[in-house]
Amino acid sequence: MKRLSWIAAGLLVAAPVLASCGTESTEPSGGGGDAGDGRALTVDSSDDACEVSASEAPAGTVTFDVTNSGSQVTEFYLLAEDGLRIVAEVENIGPSISRPLTANVPAGKYVTACKPGMTGDGIRSDFTVTESDEDVKVSEDEESLVTAAQDNYAAYVQDQSDQLLVKTGQFVELYKAGDKDDEARALYADARTHWERIETVAESFGDLDPMMDAREADLEPGQKWTGWHLLEKDLWPARAEKYAALSPKDRAFYADDLLKNTQTLDSRIQDLTFTVDQIANGSRGLLEEVATGKVTGEEEYWSRTDLWDFQANVDGAKVGFDGVKPLLEEKDPELATELESRFDELQVLLDAQRTDDGFRYYDELSQDEIKGLSDAVNALSEPLSRLTAAVLS
Amino acid sequence: MAPRVSRRGLLGGGVAAAGVAGAFATGRATADAPAAMTPAAARAASYAFRGEHQAGIVTPAQDRLHFAALDVVTDSREELVELLQAWTVAAERMTKGQAAGEIGPVEGSLDLPPDDTGEAIGLPASGLTITFGFGPGLFRDAEGRDRFGLADRQPEALQTLPHFPADNLDPTRSYGDLCIQACADDPQIAVHAVRNLVRIGFGTVSVRWSQLGFGRTSSTSTSQDTARNLFGFKDGTANVKAEEDAALADHVWVGGDDDANGAWLAGGSYLVARRLNMTIEVWDRQPLGDQENIVGRTKGTGAPLSGGEEFSEPDFAMPGRGGPIIPADAHVRIVHPDQHGGARMLRRGYNFVDGSDSLGGLNAGLFFIAYVRDPRTGFIPIQNAMAKNDALMEYLKTTGSALFAIPPGAKPGEYVGQSLFA
Repeated sequence: MKRLSWIAAGLLVAAPVLASCGTESTEPSGGGGDAGDGRALTVDSSDDACEVSASEAPAGTVTFDVTNSGSQVTEFYLLAEDGLRIVAEVENIGPSISRPLTANVPAGKYVTACKPGMTGDGIRSDFTVTESDEDVKVSEDEESLVTAAQDNYAAYVQDQSDQLLVKTGQFVELYKAGDKDDEARALYADARTHWERIETVAESFGDLDPMMDAREADLEPGQKWTGWHLLEKDLWPARAEKYAALSPKDRAFYADDLLKNTQTLDSRIQDLTFTVDQIANGSRGLLEEVATGKVTGEEEYWSRTDLWDFQANVDGAKVGFDGVKPLLEEKDPELATELESRFDELQVLLDAQRTDDGFRYYDELSQDEIKGLSDAVNALSEPLSRLTAAVLS
Repeated sequence: MAPRVSRRGLLGGGVAAAGVAGAFATGRATADAPAAMTPAAARAASYAFRGEHQAGIVTPAQDRLHFAALDVVTDSREELVELLQAWTVAAERMTKGQAAGEIGPVEGSLDLPPDDTGEAIGLPASGLTITFGFGPGLFRDAEGRDRFGLADRQPEALQTLPHFPADNLDPTRSYGDLCIQACADDPQIAVHAVRNLVRIGFGTVSVRWSQLGFGRTSSTSTSQDTARNLFGFKDGTANVKAEEDAALADHVWVGGDDDANGAWLAGGSYLVARRLNMTIEVWDRQPLGDQENIVGRTKGTGAPLSGGEEFSEPDFAMPGRGGPIIPADAHVRIVHPDQHGGARMLRRGYNFVDGSDSLGGLNAGLFFIAYVRDPRTGFIPIQNAMAKNDALMEYLKTTGSALFAIPPGAKPGEYVGQSLFA
């Protein structure tokens, strides 16, 4: 279970990628904005004033260090000359707190705006970026790259959800039959693959996730255990102490409950759209799921089918990465290359564990093999944690 | 930009923090109590073992911890009392900077093992405090049988803590009939204390588990800087502090009428110990803005996201873009006293690193210690809320848990815990 909503986390960045001309980053200034070259500016945002330390800066990476000296939450915007299009912004600056805004801006006329209280047009001033030696690249086709990434990812999520619904339906029929447990067991990990590929999306519905994917140890006092892992334990009770198998009536109840929740999930997913930062954050989030649940063998405690989930999380992360890769290649080609090779290295290790039916079971893996997988997850996760900021830069 | 953390500032603060011995200290420490002590002087501080309350609770949190939980292996109430008497003598000696035994590490017969193990030779008291506690198992065994004629004195509040969501308890790191909390500014001194007390107890008690803490994460006095946990954030900013007499009476010290069975515990407290493993590697990959939203404070100064400085009260209603500026699942909001009928705790936790796990990840986190007047109101509801709603839980796994009743301080001539056996 993951409580920090990945969808919400994505919104915090709220980058205007679609309207990109200049670019933003909330990283502290390192390279281009050193003091003395005119690109390091300060902004004092009070309740009734917005004082920018200079009204112009040379083209390149400009940093605004925004301090809120007012009494309510403020925001700072760098707008295009029309005063409408957002070039870069930083939100949620509490009173007496400072936040940097770094933007890569070409020469031209702009408007700065502080928005104390987050309402209205804000307190505006003209701002000029002058010609300089620094070359600021403006990508002409970025908008189409963004649109393609968004559309492709939404289609992928919908497709996985559809397959999840179909296979969950087949699985619960086998499970309810009572005399088809071998077939149910054979389908269990395969059906869950579609959940795990879109796990960060699926579990963003805080009401459904605990009903569908809770592990026994995650339960709150008084919370009734339902969902996949309850059925898992009933099909693979070997590690359970004094386990009492579910009655046919209970089987039917919990199976129907899972299918009903899967239908609800599928209907909600049809309406979802995704921004590129959500896609990139989702890719990172899926690798976190691997690191905390799959590589440790905790997710599928009873069936030991953790590697199916592992592969599915990696599949979903790779799809997310591939979707934003054309953008990333414009912004940070080195990171794109590094991530590509890290994904490949991890996949080689996973492929080595494949069998005719899928994968070896977790308890068949040696400690060295688990450590090797874990190392590869770490090697991929570190650069992957920089993906969102890079595609938004 | 937010003011950056100054490493020098932190170090300086640590030294100044140790200089508050004044009110609590005796002897050498009183002579050494200026506002800015040198590190050597700080280590020389000593705290009286005897008093109205046990030392090691409101004592300005020392830098190091060795905590041990023990099971009683004798059936004899007399032997148990004799051990508490022997522990009292040894603890009082060691907190003065003396050897554990009367003879000393190298002063005795060449034909006998020394009555002090020797690793503290030449070291000062180092602010050592030793705090003893009683677990539920001292009163009744697992089958509910009265072990030492104490069952009718078991406070209602002293029960094994309930299972909390995301608890993944290791029984070999949980529970215990007795506890010893040894805190000092020198780790060698804290370990020396536990080692010698355990040695005195062989045959009567058996160590169940023990935990080293290498750095304090809480301040228990307004004169101390707030320390950082391994998430890199200041921890325990809103702690109950030694200077808050009224808050201590309300939230930390057990009252004489609190519990029909527990009059003996008046002036004592309850110690909640929780071993919280952090998923360090995953946390480290979270963007700074996400980290701050999870905690609800800035990482640099520790100010709440609603503004101000570290000790500014959070404004939970202040709107931000996309919800309150302090998110609904931010740690500071979930555990804030306002959400729990004003309940506060005195936290005294320590960072720990027990090497690395089999996958090369740090086996590390926070050894959480809290002193509360009643765990049923002062801890359990807050822990449940945290387990249910706190964004921080994503990065925590509880691997150890224990609850102890901490008897009041030993008065002159008494042994620790005497009121329980009187």
